[in-house]
Amino acid sequence: MNASGSIVHFENVGLRYGTGAETLSDLSFSLREGGFYFLTGPSGAGKTSLLKLLYLALRPSRGLIRLFGEDIVTMPRGRLPGFRRRIGVVFQEFRLVPHLSAFDNVALPLRVAGVADSDLQAPVSEMLAWVGLADRASARPATLSGGEQQRVAIARAVIGRPELLVADEPTGNVDPDMALRLLHLFDSLNKLGTTVIVATHDLHLLARVQRAEMLRLDRGQISDPTGALRHPPKRVDQ
Amino acid sequence: MKAGARKFGAAERGLLPEGRLAGPMPWVIAIMMFLTVLAAAAGLGLAGAAARLTDQIGGRVTVQIMAANPEARAAQARAAAEAARGLPEVGAVRIVPDEEIEALLEPWIGTGGIEADLPVPALIDVDLAQEPGAIDRLRAAIGVAAPAARVDDNARWLAPLADLIGALKWLAAGLVLLMVGATAATVVLAARAALDTHRGTIEILHLMGATDVQVARLFQRRIALDALFGGLVGFILASLVLIGLGDRVAALGSELLGGASISPMGWGVLIVLPALGVLLAMLVARLTILRALGRLL
Repeated sequence: MNASGSIVHFENVGLRYGTGAETLSDLSFSLREGGFYFLTGPSGAGKTSLLKLLYLALRPSRGLIRLFGEDIVTMPRGRLPGFRRRIGVVFQEFRLVPHLSAFDNVALPLRVAGVADSDLQAPVSEMLAWVGLADRASARPATLSGGEQQRVAIARAVIGRPELLVADEPTGNVDPDMALRLLHLFDSLNKLGTTVIVATHDLHLLARVQRAEMLRLDRGQISDPTGALRHPPKRVDQ
Repeated sequence: MKAGARKFGAAERGLLPEGRLAGPMPWVIAIMMFLTVLAAAAGLGLAGAAARLTDQIGGRVTVQIMAANPEARAAQARAAAEAARGLPEVGAVRIVPDEEIEALLEPWIGTGGIEADLPVPALIDVDLAQEPGAIDRLRAAIGVAAPAARVDDNARWLAPLADLIGALKWLAAGLVLLMVGATAATVVLAARAALDTHRGTIEILHLMGATDVQVARLFQRRIALDALFGGLVGFILASLVLIGLGDRVAALGSELLGGASISPMGWGVLIVLPALGVLLAMLVARLTILRALGRLL
């Protein structure tokens, strides 16, 4: 962590796929350690591209990105896996491993991080119970509904207590009750110290976490670079 | 989640779906191993034959006494043998008995014995050290003692055969190397196909912080198992062929072909080939996969 307490720092970051126009332009912002952020914006605004930069699936075309206090743009490739293990990701399209059971999908980050098989049963079962899938532990993704797959993906993202949780539309396929429950899970993790950033279109979610801040992307740029639009959202259901 | 990365254990082996990774690869490796073992066996057999040829015949000189008169022929044979024994570079000297000469001629003139009016040369086997000028000194010494003698250097007439055996030996070694190259190419193709098939799983592992080496281990283990299966099938089939051929060669009773049989040490070398095949497959798979993963961020 750097001295200013920011876990993520973007400075004049641009991202271009191939030779096309920039998908993201001149992004400059910081996320403080332990913060809870919603990332909003219309479809095609670049939310998923921004999240990909955050979970180290892409490097920017220009600019500076500091993650956990270190410059990850010039960081040698061999050091990136260690950083990725500190980040939990909920992918928009779930990306579960199709031939693994729900249990094994959730256990995957722990296995990658070197947790012994004998130490997996308790945390994975607890996490599956938390997302309401205790009785579906041995089910393969193809036999799970869209909502169940999404819950497995979320359980997989948070099982390792990541320092940074990045979620791309994590409640898009679940009913409102489950969405709320999952948001509480993110909230609990956040209270334990995990920095959370959730990309969503769901305005109801924005109102559920009082201390959350909002980043709005529009056509690849933070729509209010001065920070005037970054505010704790007001509850819309009260 | 700050524990260090480690090797994936038994449970992680299921991260790739069960079953063969790349369809026909084990069978292609079985064919490669079959041909490799046969080529290696041919090389080893030819090397053995060449060594036996050199040891048993190459250093031997045959002296023929061509005199028509039997008494004169016998006397010159004794004189030539004595002259040969007097040279330091000469080892054993043996006048070939008449019965042995008759046995040598039997396939051509039958079993009736050598007729008195059919002059047959006396033969003397001389083991000569392979030193420069030794054959010339022997010729000079025997020429004085037995004017009717002719000295045949076996190494000279065996040279074309030895050259042919040497060329075939190198051809066999070249074939083995070609098979190794073809096997490596097969593994490269199989590893690339496996990477394409499991790209989704690899990307997930990669984004969760799996190192390239962790991912490569998953693939190299599976490819090694496929290579072991193919290698053993190919080796067993080739061994059956070699044993069958060995029986037929033994039935011929040929001294030269008998020398081409595979020694116990040669079998030891052949048995190691499947293990080397597995190691080669693992190494090639690892390098191929690490190179492909290196293209990811």
